[in-house]
Amino acid sequence: MAGLELLSDQGYRVDGRRAGELRKIQARMGVFAQADGSAYIEQGNTKALAVVYGPHEASGLRGIGGSRALPDRALVNCQYSSATFSTGERKRRPHGDRKSCEMGLQLRQTFEAAILTQLHPRSQIDIYVQVLQADGGTYAACVNAATLAVLDAGIPMRDFVCACSAGFVEGTALADLSHVEEAAGGPQLALALLPASGQIALLEMDARLHEDHLERVLEAAAQAARDVHTLLDHVVRQHVREASILLGD
Amino acid sequence: MKETPLSNCERRFLLRAIEEKKRLDGRQTYDYRSIRVSFGTDYGCCVVELGKTRVLGQVSCELVSPKLNRATEGILFFNLELSQMAAPAFEPGRQSDLLVKLNRLLERCLRNSKCIDTESLCVVAGEKVWQIRVDLHLLNHDGNIIDAASIAAIVALCHFRRPDVSVQGDEVTLYTPEERDPVPLSIHHMPICVSFAFFQQGMYLLVDPNEREERVMDGLLVIAMNKHREICTIQSSGGIMLLKDQVLRCSKIAGVKVAEITELIQKALENDQKVRKEGGKFGFAESIANQRITAFKMEKAPIDTSDVEEKAEEIIAEAEPPPEVVAEPVLWTPGTAQIGEGIENSWGALEDSEKEAEDEGGSDEAVLDDMKMDMAAEVSDIGSQDAPIVLSDSEEEEMIILEPDKNPKKIRTQTISAKQEKAPSKKPAKKRKKKRVVN
Repeated sequence: MAGLELLSDQGYRVDGRRAGELRKIQARMGVFAQADGSAYIEQGNTKALAVVYGPHEASGLRGIGGSRALPDRALVNCQYSSATFSTGERKRRPHGDRKSCEMGLQLRQTFEAAILTQLHPRSQIDIYVQVLQADGGTYAACVNAATLAVLDAGIPMRDFVCACSAGFVEGTALADLSHVEEAAGGPQLALALLPASGQIALLEMDARLHEDHLERVLEAAAQAARDVHTLLDHVVRQHVREASILLGD
Repeated sequence: MKETPLSNCERRFLLRAIEEKKRLDGRQTYDYRSIRVSFGTDYGCCVVELGKTRVLGQVSCELVSPKLNRATEGILFFNLELSQMAAPAFEPGRQSDLLVKLNRLLERCLRNSKCIDTESLCVVAGEKVWQIRVDLHLLNHDGNIIDAASIAAIVALCHFRRPDVSVQGDEVTLYTPEERDPVPLSIHHMPICVSFAFFQQGMYLLVDPNEREERVMDGLLVIAMNKHREICTIQSSGGIMLLKDQVLRCSKIAGVKVAEITELIQKALENDQKVRKEGGKFGFAESIANQRITAFKMEKAPIDTSDVEEKAEEIIAEAEPPPEVVAEPVLWTPGTAQIGEGIENSWGALEDSEKEAEDEGGSDEAVLDDMKMDMAAEVSDIGSQDAPIVLSDSEEEEMIILEPDKNPKKIRTQTISAKQEKAPSKKPAKKRKKKRVVN
């Protein structure tokens, strides 16, 4: 794998995509009947499953001396777990390690900003995300799956939350990185966006990127997130259409 | 111990001050607190003070076998501990969220940015590499832990010297510090975190929030940069909604701040190097200032008072003249007159009936006069009803004054009384006669 070029002279990436192209996204809502909301998404080879329970009574398990319920809004609880078979090498701990905790915290932060929590005081919304196959862009896939699951559960949100990753190679910004591109060690940016207003719910970047290029990478990620939004919107409408046909409307 | 909640008035005070671009300690919006770096006697030990926030950093090294998939690279390990002496709220087992967040941010900032050349830590490929461990302990929490911790980590790494190793064929010789001088680590660049606190849904922004400001902030944006203006990490937290141009502006500010801080760090490192070479005294015992009660000293903070005089005059000139007070005396009963309105009377029911009777009685003229005065009285009543009035010292949360029909009834009777002469009155006829006499 030595000398792998991430961007060829003709402008093609390792998997044949162009710089700003997303991988193929396929998603389904309502995957589990038991949960209030569920969704499954495939972004290229990254597969993520999200399940939402709620709003339900806030459990007082972790709180000391009473429940953790907030008097004026709902509590959003996110847990991220990536299966042991999800990466190339078998992982030993599917959840509970620092990275998973951090992902859970970031998902919670993203969705606390997007869900209208004031409508459900003293209750709790649980979002569980499971990554079945990690081929780069896991945070983005989790956020997209969780958005669909929250919509499936009927919990009111300000807007879709669409996420995408972006990188930077040889002066060009790449959108939607795969594992090969992430492992190469270049800068990676993960962005969660509310498309209608353009507000950034979460911004995370690793590895060195010169300040002058930041704008381009941000713009590439934002554009990719908007493209994801178009696709997710289509999926939601399709799902609602199917559901209404089954109901016989 | 649960941390003491912030009172509402303190929260409001802080937010109002921030809206007026003022900070409690007199800093400007983009100012950092004073940073002090002091070193211990051993190499790799330092204490960084950012205002009152204090972080201790210690670097140690060990020869271990490398990870299987990275056989030629050394291992870096970072650990930040929030000790309970920093803040009583940091109990073991209670701080997991904050701890995870800080640790992951430090890890990403220092490890993923490849500030240390891990290949140079390799001794024998596949068998022995150096494992460098950076332990950071928070000694005092006064806000902005992440900045202080990142400065402490990079300073400790720059200060650290590892034992020298030589490889000859199959022989590996590890020299003690007495045999050969320890060797510094090869550091490519120094990433430093800069925190931006956002208030009021992203309208106001402060650099280097202290503990009070952190409590009232909406969210935090951390940008780690080095002096070559390369961004090493960006992390937004706290659920704020950012806009792209806010992020770009913050990155520019961060660039300026990081350059200043890097210069400070370089100077501190050089000073320490010089002192050690010259054989002078070094270490914490020398650098920690004596803080005796009898020697209490506050740092002087310069305040610009040149325009205070002008401001006072401006304020007086622009102030509105005090409102006119209607000073017509109102005769309630013989011997009881009232000039002006006092505070809201808690004997609401009696007042109601009196005023109603006055509305409905008398000639048109008298009625009009009554209407005007009562309108004034009513307006002031409405106004005073809107403001929370403390009527008692009781500890009850809500004091509801039950005057449900006061306003609607009043308005109705006022419009009707112009046409009606007689209306049901609860008052004795005596008072009405008095009214006619007066008017």
